[in-house]
Formats: sequence, structure tokens, C-alpha cells
Amino acid sequence: MHPILGTIIQRLLLGLVTLFFVSLIIFSSVEFLPGDFTQAILGQAATEDTVAAFRAELGLDKPAYIRYFDWIGAVAQGDLGYSFSGRSASGVDRSRAVVDLVAPRLGNTLFLAGMAAIVSVPLALVLGITAALYRNSFYDRSVNAVTLTTISFPEFFLAYLLILFFASLWPVFPSLANVNAETELIDRIYKCILPALTLTLVIVAHMMRMTRAAIINLLASPYIEMSQLKGLSKAKVIMRHALPNAWAPIATVIAFNLAYLVVGVVVVEVVFVYPGIGQLMVDAVTTRDIPVVQACALIFATTYILLNLTADIIGIVTNPRLLHPR
Amino acid sequence: MTDTPQAYSAAAEIGQIRERRTWIQIAKIELKKAPYSAWFGLIVIAIYLFVAIFAPLLAPHGEAEIFPASFAPWGGDFVFGTDQIGRDIFSRLIYGAHNTIGIALATTLLSFAIGGSLGLIAAISGGWLDQLLSRFVDVLMAIPGLIFALMLLTIFGSSILSLIMIIAVLDSTRVFRLTRSVSVSVVVMDYVEAAKLRGEKLGWIMRREILPNIMPPLIAEFGLRFSFVFLTIAALSFLGLGIQPPTADWGSMVRDNASMIQFAKYDLTAALTPMIPAGAIALLTVAVNFVVDWFLHITSGLNDEH
Repeated sequence: MHPILGTIIQRLLLGLVTLFFVSLIIFSSVEFLPGDFTQAILGQAATEDTVAAFRAELGLDKPAYIRYFDWIGAVAQGDLGYSFSGRSASGVDRSRAVVDLVAPRLGNTLFLAGMAAIVSVPLALVLGITAALYRNSFYDRSVNAVTLTTISFPEFFLAYLLILFFASLWPVFPSLANVNAETELIDRIYKCILPALTLTLVIVAHMMRMTRAAIINLLASPYIEMSQLKGLSKAKVIMRHALPNAWAPIATVIAFNLAYLVVGVVVVEVVFVYPGIGQLMVDAVTTRDIPVVQACALIFATTYILLNLTADIIGIVTNPRLLHPR
Repeated sequence: MTDTPQAYSAAAEIGQIRERRTWIQIAKIELKKAPYSAWFGLIVIAIYLFVAIFAPLLAPHGEAEIFPASFAPWGGDFVFGTDQIGRDIFSRLIYGAHNTIGIALATTLLSFAIGGSLGLIAAISGGWLDQLLSRFVDVLMAIPGLIFALMLLTIFGSSILSLIMIIAVLDSTRVFRLTRSVSVSVVVMDYVEAAKLRGEKLGWIMRREILPNIMPPLIAEFGLRFSFVFLTIAALSFLGLGIQPPTADWGSMVRDNASMIQFAKYDLTAALTPMIPAGAIALLTVAVNFVVDWFLHITSGLNDEH
């Protein structure tokens, strides 16, 4: 077996173990709820029968480990349970399945995050590589200064700055990204420009700085000096000799920032009133709707872990030293 | 031939008591060499701290004092106007410095107390305890912080105390990692071994042998963690889940006044009102980052001649 394959399998197993523990943590959040939370949800007028039925539905009469396996089994089959909202004291149950709440919004969030990623990843790579190429030039220093500033700003500050300039003072883009299932693709892109731009500004800065640092770090190594002494052009030194070794750190940074996108999307969705999963989660936290919060947390955490795992694997696969073992 | 003693004596020079510079002297020397960005950062931080500490004396009106004029324009009695229920924005900004910075500072200190001491214990004792703590932290760090905080806030409710506890615990994972990684190289030193052999307790070894040697990276990390915690709390308050009204706080002030931005064409000052607290958050983060950059530069010895 190729040594790389062994390493990859090891990483995948490690990812699975992490996922298991994370699901355990998210599941056990229900355990910490105060004992009278059924009354808080069903209302003070709830009858004994309603409360008992509700507790049975949540499976609170069963031991915790059985409930965990029931829950994780249902999640694996795409059943995320029922929302707490829409229940009443009389036992009338108008609650909706969490899947129906989450699914359309997950699509919206992925669209927004994808839009930001498609723009920002190539942009960050080009900026990072050119800044490394013309190190300490005016161009390098100005790109650095701008990115350092955007890194320090909270997302909602950037978002409102963009709204102030592009939606209020010079109204070219809408400040509300109110899309729905019927919105045409072109219209959808148009409405998502400002939120996507906010996310882009936040993550391009990180990615660009790390790309630049990774390449500059490599440029100090002896084999690069050798290739320069051979008389190769600057561009060729970077593209042929520095980049192959830089892919691993760059891939890590890209995946890390895409994972960061998952978190940043929460605030940006709230600013632009975008019907995504982040806004759903914030609303669910305000109403203390645990099943919805759990589902959203699970989705966010899984995406985060998977992206980091992908970065690890890309790092291993593109490492020239591992590809040609002696 | 005269018998006047020689002006220079090597023995006398060696015999002299050599004074070490106190940290105040070192600070003075470094401050003289500090770049403009560091000076800017230090001055901004000093102003923020001054405002935060003396908030009740500086604010013209009360924190939650409601005036009959809601959405009053800038100028006159209210420097930056009033908000949607008629509270003076300027006073709330000043009280906001007091609350937001105070809570962020308390959270960071708590997270360093937890993460730092656990990290040191893990590094010193090693073995299964180290493995257990490290793996536990790995799992906690696999969940994005803001999402984890949202989940915990659902369970424990949004009060200032639970906010501080939750964010401190989540943030302490990063402090733990850093403390552990910088102190494992110190733990194997001979003087630590000597301290263990002469029977010093764990607390002594932590405080007197290891902590002084890992201070610089920890202080730099403190600045970075502070700005991170500060941004997290601001984001949570902005989402309406952090610091609750009527306590003045910059994050929730942005949220409350955000709708004014759409009037930028008619009254620019109104549109700028929500930008002031947001800008205040951004400015402090930038300032802290500048100072941390400078501090890292000094302590990493990049500009030192010795």
C-alpha cells in the first residue's frame, strides 16, 4: 500500500472520531436544560397529559445513551426531529419538521458562501503571489495595509459601510437580500452582491496574507537560491519551484477560511436579512428552540470539520516529499 | 615614578555590583524606538481605558435615561442625537466603553486563568492527564466558536455572567494550546528538574519556574485573545444574544440604530450614528493589533543587537 493512502485513512478515521464526539456534545446540550422546560415551551396551562406526551416524544423517559443512538440514527436518515415552536398547552401540535425548516435555507447559505468563495479564493491567491513576487514594493505595502485593516474590522462594520456607500448614498445594490425559491439566478446574484462582498473582504485578507507568508518563507530556502543562480526568471522560480511546496500551507489556509466563512455567514445573514441557516439559528437561539439549534450546530460543525479534513488531505496529497518516498 | 593609583582597575570593575535594568527603564528605552503605529495603538488604548474607567463622570446623561425626543438629530443637548426610545447616544457610547471593555477584559482574564493553569498542569505532569486534556481541547476546537457559544446561550440563557463564563471557557482552549506548547520545552530544563527534586509543589513550579520563562508569548496572546473576545461579544450583542438592554453596549447599539443608514441621502449624520459604535469597536481592535505586532517584534529579538 502506498504510504500516502495509510496517512489519508488515518486522517479520515480521526475525522470520524472527532465528528462522533462533536455530535455527543451537541446532543448532550439537551441534558443541561432545566427540568421545567416543557412548561416553558407548552405554557403554564399545559395539562399533565400534554406534558407527559411531550416528554415521551423527546424520549426523556429513556436513558440518555439510548436516546443518543436514536437521535444520531435519525439524523443519519435525514430526520432532525420537530421544532419546539408551534406547540400549545392544549396538546395541539403545529410544529414543523426541522428538516423542512433547514433544507431550503441551507441551500441559500451554500449559495452565498459559494459566491464569496468563487470570488475570494482566486483573488487572494493572485494578490498573495504577486505581493510575494514584488516584496516590499509600494504595491506589496499597500495591499498589506488594506488587508490588515479589514482583518481587524468586525463583519457588521464592513457590512454597514458597504450598505452606507452602495445602497444608501449611491444606491446601486439592494441593502436587503430577500431571496426566495422563485428568485431567478441573475436576480439572486444581484441581491447577494453586498453580502458576498462583505464575506469576500473578510476572508481575502487572511488568505492573501498567509499565501504571501508561505511563499516568502519558501523563497528563503537554499533550493530556491539555487534556481535563481541558474538564471531562471522570477515568475518561473515561483511557479515551478516555490508553488508546489507551498500548496500544502495554502490549501490549509483556504480551507480554514472557508470554514471561517461558515461562522462569518451568521452575522452577515442577519445584517442583510438573508434567509439562510445562520439567521435561522439566531432566531432559534432567541426562542430557545433546541432541536433547530442542534440541527444548525450539527450542520455548521460538520462542514467545519469536513473542510479542515479536506485541507489536511490536500496538504498530504500535494506534498512532493510524500509523493516520491525513498 | 609616582605612586598614584591607576585610573582603571579590572578587579574593581568586576567587583562592582552590576545593576539590571528595571522593566520601567526597559519600557522607556523601547518606547523611544517604537514605530508610529505602536504609538498610535498605545494612545488609542489609553484613551479607551480612561473613558471606560471614568464613564459615569464623563457622560452628560444617564446610561438608561429616556428623553421625550426619540431619534433627535445631532447637536444641541445631545451630541450624537438620541436613539429609538430617546436615550442619549453619546452617553451610551461612553457607558458602552465601560461595559463592553470591562466584560471583554473579565472574560479574557478568566480564559487565561483557566487555559493557562490547565496548560501548565498538562505540560508539567504529562502522561495520561496531558493526553486527556489535549484530546478534549481538540474536540472543543472542532466546533466553530460562535456556533458553540450560540448553542450554549440557548441552554443557559443570555445573562452577562453566562456570557462571560461561556466565552471564557471556549476561548481558554486556545490559551491552553499555546501555554502547553510553549511550556513543554521549558519543563524539560534542568532547573525545573532541580525544583522538583528539592520537593517544590506544583503551584511553585508553575508560578516561579515556568511562568516567568513563557511570559512574552502569553502577553502577546493576551492582546490577540482580548481583541478576539471583544469582537465575539460585540457580534453576539449585535445578534441580540449578548449583553441585554438597558445595559449600554456597542454591539447592540449598532443593531438598534442600523435602520438609520437608509436616510444617508437626507441626513448624513443620522446615517453615521450606527457607524460610531461599530467604528469604536473596529478602532480598538486595530489599536490592540498594532501594539501586539510591536510587542512581538521586540520580544522575538528581531531588532535587538545583543
